[in-house]
Amino acid sequence: MQSEKNSTAQLALNYGPRKKGLSHYLRRDWQKYLMLLFPVALVFLFNYVPMYGILIAFKDYNFMKGVWASPWVGLDNFIHAFSLPRFSRVLRNTLVINLLSLVIYFPMPIMLAIIISEMKNSKIVRIVQTVSYLPHFLSTVIVGGIVYQLCAPRTGLFNQILVLLGLNEVPFLTNPTMWLFTYVISGVWEGVGWGSIIYIAAITGINPELFEAAIIDGANRLQRIWHITLPSIKSTIVLMLILKMGSIISIGFDRPFVFSNPLVTDVSEVISLFVYYVGLGQGDYKLGTVVGLFQSVVGAVMVLIVNAISKALGEEGLW
Amino acid sequence: MENVKRAKKPYQKYGWGQTIFEVTILITFIILFVSPFVNLISLSLSSSRAILSGEVYFRPVELQFDTWIAVLRNNDLLNSLTFTIFLTATYTFIALLLVMMAAYPLSRKTLKGRVGILGYFMFTMYFGGGLIPSYLLYVSINLIDTFWVLVLPGVFSVYNMLILKTFFQNIPDSLEESARIDGANEFQILFKIYLPLSLPALATLALFFAVGRWNGFSDAIFFLPTRNDLVPLQLSLQRMLNLTADTELMREQLDGTTRRVRILKESQKAANILFTVVPIILVYPWLQRYFVKGVMIGSVKG
Repeated sequence: MQSEKNSTAQLALNYGPRKKGLSHYLRRDWQKYLMLLFPVALVFLFNYVPMYGILIAFKDYNFMKGVWASPWVGLDNFIHAFSLPRFSRVLRNTLVINLLSLVIYFPMPIMLAIIISEMKNSKIVRIVQTVSYLPHFLSTVIVGGIVYQLCAPRTGLFNQILVLLGLNEVPFLTNPTMWLFTYVISGVWEGVGWGSIIYIAAITGINPELFEAAIIDGANRLQRIWHITLPSIKSTIVLMLILKMGSIISIGFDRPFVFSNPLVTDVSEVISLFVYYVGLGQGDYKLGTVVGLFQSVVGAVMVLIVNAISKALGEEGLW
Repeated sequence: MENVKRAKKPYQKYGWGQTIFEVTILITFIILFVSPFVNLISLSLSSSRAILSGEVYFRPVELQFDTWIAVLRNNDLLNSLTFTIFLTATYTFIALLLVMMAAYPLSRKTLKGRVGILGYFMFTMYFGGGLIPSYLLYVSINLIDTFWVLVLPGVFSVYNMLILKTFFQNIPDSLEESARIDGANEFQILFKIYLPLSLPALATLALFFAVGRWNGFSDAIFFLPTRNDLVPLQLSLQRMLNLTADTELMREQLDGTTRRVRILKESQKAANILFTVVPIILVYPWLQRYFVKGVMIGSVKG
């Protein structure tokens, strides 16, 4: 069984064929464990210790008493949080933004990847990719700044063009419904190029003989895309859809924070902003922890459910 | 024969339909992704009157440089820039060191407890304590309002460690073994053999870390409530973009007197945005090359 290479190593390292105790491995690999010590400690402190703080969600937390000494209150904090009208609004806003982005954003990188794969002039392909990847590397603040500048009333490019065409100005940023679309469509601008990479990679992996055969059979471009390209990248699409569905209730802090403004709070206040404003802004640690925990638990459950559904449908899951 | 080939125009090579399709896509993308920046450049260089009357599209109207002089004289922005460069360098260095020191032992199949340690790390990718418990932890260990709160909490990246681990696993074991026979210790094996062999992967990871730290700002909002000297560039920009009033610039005249110049907030915001875009544009060729590679490594299941 043992290869020649391994038997040399055994001589040099005093590897034995028999099972050894823990002390043997510690003695042999102590330097490797030493290397791991710092990452393990950091993860313990910054990832696992805060999990202990989740207990706050089930306690009448008092900063002076600390987490452990504060009295247990069962699910009172959850009942309080779920009864708040602001909580249901925040939950609704998060779902609306994520669903809208699922419908509008999700197909875009797939379409771009297909368009790019249909292009033959490598110079044009490179220019298209270079310009469309750029927004991915710009910070949310920059993208938000650009969007606010372009959508501004009177001095913004879009409204200038609308007025030039004899149309009325559109309140892209101040009307709640318009704001939602501005938010999601600017997300397409930000992410479409980068999001297409994974699909381009999938399309590149398709056996070219399939396309050649289709051309010989007289299939036109759309038929080739529909019958070869799309079915071949189906598993990638499903995988991305699982990830997206799994995070349907989660939303980052940066984008909503940068894009929201006081006129659209009714639709722009999402879970992450709520946790920040209530938890850190108003110092209501209990409420902030409860809502944060709600988001991460529902998120984890969603991933499990969608993964199970996709496996039941015969697709490859996440694991 | 070769000359004839080279002289072929695209439409001769691919046909008219294909060429029109590709040129249409090209023009659409340039309009979508380049023209916003041209508009911002024009706004930053145009006069207040032209901006307010809506005359500025894709070239400066009534050229002026006062906005840019005001931006470059703004010490807040310049201090933020130097601070962010220092922060990004520190963070990237520590982050690289940590992923290497975790990825190397975990890439060795002979390491006892490897699966358990991997599970310990990977669990944190799916579940965490959340903002408030983290905040309370930083309060209790006196990390709030310090420089290190921007570095330590996120400096060990499990995802990037897994990428590097996959890369290390493809380095033949024989190298490690022969080095050990020559009397090298584990640290020497990592830094003298594995590090030079994985420079492209490390460059990719370094860029991942650097861009993440460069563009991040929410931790500064959460955990640095009172430190105005530790403001990442993006947060500095965010604060300036919330400006609701025009500013003034004291501009020296040729005759030695000074004159107040009004800087329109639209023009100033445009210039501030461009100021923070420039550093990214400067490194963009490298970013693009290594990042695309990194996405490919990451998408390979290991």
